[in-house]
Amino acid sequence: MADLSTTVAKRASRTRWMLLAPALIILVLAASGPLLITLVYSFLTPGDYGGVVWKFSTDGWFNVFAQRDIFDDTLGWSDAHLSILWRSIKLSLMTTLACLFFGVPTAYFIATRPKQQRDMWMLLIMIPFWTNLLIRTFAILELIRNEGTINTLLLWLGIIDAPIQMLYTEGSILLGMLYVYLPLMVLPVYASMERLDFSLVEAGYDLYATRFQVLRRVIMPLVKPGVIAGSILVFVPSLGAYVTPRVMGGGNQLMLGNLIELQFGQGRNWPLGAALSITLLVIVMVALIFYVRTAGKEDAHHG
Amino acid sequence: MFTGISAITAYCLDTGTGDTNLTTAIHARNLRKVYPGNPPVEALAGVDLEIGDNEFFTLLGPSGCGKTTMLRLIAGFEHPTGGTLEMFGKDLLDLPPYKRPINTVFQSYALFPHLTVAQNIAFGLEMLGKPKAEIKATVDEMMELVQMTAMADRQTSQISGGQQQRVALARALAPKPRVLLLDEPLSALDFKLRKEMQLELKRLQTETGITFIFVTHDQEEALTMSDRIAVMGGGSIRQIGSPRDIYDRPAERFVADFIGDTNFLPAQIKSVEGDVAQVLLASGKTVTAHLPEGVAREGAVTLAVRPEQASLTTSETGLLSGMIDNIVYFGTDTHVHMTLEDGTTFVLRQQNSADSTLEYEKGDRAAVRFGANVAQVLKD
Repeated sequence: MADLSTTVAKRASRTRWMLLAPALIILVLAASGPLLITLVYSFLTPGDYGGVVWKFSTDGWFNVFAQRDIFDDTLGWSDAHLSILWRSIKLSLMTTLACLFFGVPTAYFIATRPKQQRDMWMLLIMIPFWTNLLIRTFAILELIRNEGTINTLLLWLGIIDAPIQMLYTEGSILLGMLYVYLPLMVLPVYASMERLDFSLVEAGYDLYATRFQVLRRVIMPLVKPGVIAGSILVFVPSLGAYVTPRVMGGGNQLMLGNLIELQFGQGRNWPLGAALSITLLVIVMVALIFYVRTAGKEDAHHG
Repeated sequence: MFTGISAITAYCLDTGTGDTNLTTAIHARNLRKVYPGNPPVEALAGVDLEIGDNEFFTLLGPSGCGKTTMLRLIAGFEHPTGGTLEMFGKDLLDLPPYKRPINTVFQSYALFPHLTVAQNIAFGLEMLGKPKAEIKATVDEMMELVQMTAMADRQTSQISGGQQQRVALARALAPKPRVLLLDEPLSALDFKLRKEMQLELKRLQTETGITFIFVTHDQEEALTMSDRIAVMGGGSIRQIGSPRDIYDRPAERFVADFIGDTNFLPAQIKSVEGDVAQVLLASGKTVTAHLPEGVAREGAVTLAVRPEQASLTTSETGLLSGMIDNIVYFGTDTHVHMTLEDGTTFVLRQQNSADSTLEYEKGDRAAVRFGANVAQVLKD
């Protein structure tokens, strides 16, 4: 009997592994493979016309944070890279906050509509998401550029005398990123809000909690998993974003993604690009671990 | 289940509600609620209701009769389309739910899943801004009251349905409301637990002196616990009275049909004297029946006779004769299904005892007999 049950268990576990295999193979080949190559490249020497020369070097990593003065050879922090890094983190955090600010009320609004209407509202949120990223970004550009819809309208109405410079600023990058990533916030928050038992909200009111107290003490703790998921979904890709910052920032507001792209393109410094990519990966991982830890701690506190 | 009598007594003294039944706790006048839609749904069609202080009052009716709407209006979750609602003489309608000294035990319990048992019970007190020491004392007292002290730090998902029910009750009682609303709180419990909770709820109400407004569709639950019952149907109140009144003297066919089993017999009124009528049955025999106010005093009427109020007899001595279709044994009693001569069906219920045997069989001819003033003339 024991033999039979172990055989059955073995067979079951083999079936499970076989079912997992396709996903595992793709993950190993498509995720770990390129990552490993990137890691290796970051320790090589740049080739003259792009690519790499198979000679060990730590220059790539050295240049991520430091630079040698071209005149007197003194060592200093790589101000350009650090400011780009800082701008990337700042803009990503701001994008996440903006998405929270606009996304949470939107999700609440949709979740409190009658059931038949919710799909329609979700569809409206999702439609832009189906369109190509570049097209969406250019649509925003068309709205806010100096000869764009908004400025033309304001000029025509006589509210302003000269077009307002909205494009090619940090504000315009933020606007573009908010527009692109908002659905990623609305979706998980809506999912957790839709599952929210509305009688809990009523129980809160019944037990003398004001609107604000119900929001803080009942709704927020319950939709927190959705808010955390949404924040991660927005923060992580916006750190590496390069299409939106490129189009909306016009190339003078570089972000980490643009910098990396530059190294593999005109910069012809693949090892530096690879090292920057790994740096970005580490930042994202640290941020994720921090998030998961704090979220987990809260749960343990309640549990 | 709640053996913590001392806790109950202490709680009772604490609330200091020495008022008698004479004060009105909740007073509704012509309360209406129409839900917009196509067509609009009239959930409450002008309800007048007075619920006394310290009363265990039940709103009883089938689903969709407006009983839950009534409860939600009192709690403040919804606003009426028309009418007034007062609590101890003060207008309630301008107050949001969090300013009404009323608490609710929800049908689904609605316990906060992110809080522990103790935190759930403390919630209302915290929102009222009570001092920490007082909150702790009251929460301890409440947990003792519902015997959940050992579970204080459990998540609400880690306790059984019956325990969740008791936590919901403790949470609603902790802020010491003047009125407690209970929305079918026992419907999710199994039969035995439900029986236990019925008695405990009744005891809790008597000893805390809080007005309980209980909503249910379970007539037995209503009959066991209530001081008074309002039977609702189609958005209005059909009859208000003590459980005995409602059961023995249903005012109309809807009430008689909803509460317990009832046989309906066609009849003609021959003569009336006060609230007693001489009624001519289909068989040509005459019987005295109770005639409530507001019922037609002449012509064709419907008589209601409870199955346990009738008995079987031979055709010559009975009031209505017919054929026995079926005899069903139910343990404590036996049900006899008959078809009377005019085609109406009639069910009798006879209590079983160790030495009793039914001397009739399926297919036999027999007659139905019931005493004077047992039958009730109904408003159709």
